[in-house]
Amino acid sequence: MTVSLVLVVVMGALIACGVYLLLERSLTRVVLGFLLIGNGVNLLILIMGGPAGFAPIYDESLDPAAYTDPLPQALILTAIVITFAVSAFLLALIYRSWRLANADDVSDDADDVALREGGITMPLEEVAPDEGDTDFPIEDAAPEPAPAQRSDSGGEVAR
Amino acid sequence: MMPALVSLVVLVPLLSAALTLVLGRRARPQRIVAALALVAVLGISVALLVGVDADGAIVVESGNWGLLGIVLVVDRLSAIMLVVSSVVLLAVLIFSIGQGLADGDDETPVSIYYPTYLILTAGVMVAFVAGDLFNLYVGFEILLVASYVLITLGGTRSRIRAGVTYVIVSLLSSILFLAAIGMVYGALGTVNLAQVAERVQQLPFDVQVLLHVMLLVAFGIKAAVFPLSFWLPDSYPSAPAPVTAAFAGLLTKIGVYAIIRLETVIFPTPELNPALMVLALLTMVVGALGAVAQADIKRILSFTLVSHIGYMILGVALGTVAGTAAAIYYIVHHIVVQTTLFLAAGLVEREAGSTSITRIGGLLASAPLVAVLFFIPALNLGGIPPFSGFIGKLGLFQATAVQGDALAYALIGGGAFVSLLTLYALVRVWNLAFWRPADDVDGDETRLLRSVEEAPDAPTTTETRATPRLMTLSTAGMVAVSLALTVFAGPLYAVSDRAAENLDGPDAYIELVLGGTAGSEGGAR
Repeated sequence: MTVSLVLVVVMGALIACGVYLLLERSLTRVVLGFLLIGNGVNLLILIMGGPAGFAPIYDESLDPAAYTDPLPQALILTAIVITFAVSAFLLALIYRSWRLANADDVSDDADDVALREGGITMPLEEVAPDEGDTDFPIEDAAPEPAPAQRSDSGGEVAR
Repeated sequence: MMPALVSLVVLVPLLSAALTLVLGRRARPQRIVAALALVAVLGISVALLVGVDADGAIVVESGNWGLLGIVLVVDRLSAIMLVVSSVVLLAVLIFSIGQGLADGDDETPVSIYYPTYLILTAGVMVAFVAGDLFNLYVGFEILLVASYVLITLGGTRSRIRAGVTYVIVSLLSSILFLAAIGMVYGALGTVNLAQVAERVQQLPFDVQVLLHVMLLVAFGIKAAVFPLSFWLPDSYPSAPAPVTAAFAGLLTKIGVYAIIRLETVIFPTPELNPALMVLALLTMVVGALGAVAQADIKRILSFTLVSHIGYMILGVALGTVAGTAAAIYYIVHHIVVQTTLFLAAGLVEREAGSTSITRIGGLLASAPLVAVLFFIPALNLGGIPPFSGFIGKLGLFQATAVQGDALAYALIGGGAFVSLLTLYALVRVWNLAFWRPADDVDGDETRLLRSVEEAPDAPTTTETRATPRLMTLSTAGMVAVSLALTVFAGPLYAVSDRAAENLDGPDAYIELVLGGTAGSEGGAR
């Protein structure tokens, strides 16, 4: 199978840039990276379809081998639609993240951070810690527990 | 008749999703449509399993495009997965209806929940009946996009944070899968599973290994196999309880299902099996150790989920009929039990206001029914003898012992050790959350947190102490199903065995799909 070197180089460049961007912590860059890789992979499928030929519309006078392979194009079309939907969702996610945190960074898991710093203790029956420093780092699914909290439990910090 | 059912299993949830979307803000019709759709899917799946088990597999070439178009294949493995997943999806739907009713969703319904859930169902079904790699990819994408929406439902800060990790990791896996499909097409000129299986042996060895590893990595991320499992405990626990339950039961198992297909139909050659066995051991041990270190029930359960994926991978990695059969039975057992445990955790959250075992206690006294509903699946997951977990592990260990080398015995030892660790992690939950007298709990946050609602739209309202009956009922139903897996273990294991025999090498699958088209064009339709 002969392939166009230009296409291969472009594909490589797209995927390389995409991987670089995906490794960033900023969500916007991650989305851009995802789009670049997505396009790179679409190009890969196109390359795999073999050399270009006539448009795949049936014509009696043409040799079947002279057509472009239409199947990869159908695959790419589907992949493009999926990428479109996912990137729309990602943009909404970024927007929401920005509204909530005023940042689009990917943050660490709070529980993991707590575990790393020895924050989660496992009292079997003992270790009643002082009321003052019971800062339980876990705050499951309760982003605004404030109305229900007493004001004097200073340890409760909304993340 | 039967071929029509194959299409219906996908179409029914998809069309009902559209219908529930049209019904929009009217919560009651939405609920009815969603429940009816899943009941229908369950019925169709059972009919398919009975039909396929009796008369052999079904191949449907939609649109009469032959193997170029979309080919749907239902063999015994697919049919078993269809039935189990529709049971689980239905139970979880009933659970979430109960929760929604209690949270007063009638006034402020999350109108996208039911449509998204049904689309997730459709995606799961597509993935199980897909007969070509690209259609499998499309099925994955359908269910993943639906899962992105469900995991960030309500858009609270913790869910967005968890969702971001989940979405990025899933995207990476999808891209790898798509690239692998592109390479498979380039190498073989087809993406149809049977044709790929037929032609792949002619490829040079290094190309085979490259394609194999790429697909394995893509599926391994979805299945949460050890080095690729980091995302799961990070993202699942923060979603709403029913969503976590459905995800934990199904989504990773679809990855395992894809790995089974990959290892039995496309690459039945054994060269990667030792590596897979080592990964299986690592997945078990690392997951179980993670579970021991956690202090939140949902996170503990997420880690046990990762750990038990290792058992299934072990069964697949053996590369024998007995191993595959054990893996299939284990998948069925684990889907049911893990979902039940997460539903029980949802009940605990409801009852005690939290799932952190450092904060709650005395549930055995205050909610004995919830305690029972947690205790039975917990013992089951730990592999205590009468339950299906024990039967599944026994089958796996027997199949492993046949191989008989040092690695096999290391895996048996590791597997037994991990089931003890699982039991330890769950007994810790039991001791602290259920057995410990409520007075021993430090502080009184328990009571304060009771008023915090799980539903994203509900403000911190009413003190709903009483757990809705529907939630308890669906959890109890799942516990009953898990017990039925023990009672009917004989027939079920026999079906798994027959399913695994179909998967003994690619020949059966190739003959089924390719032989069917050459022999009887009209036979399938």
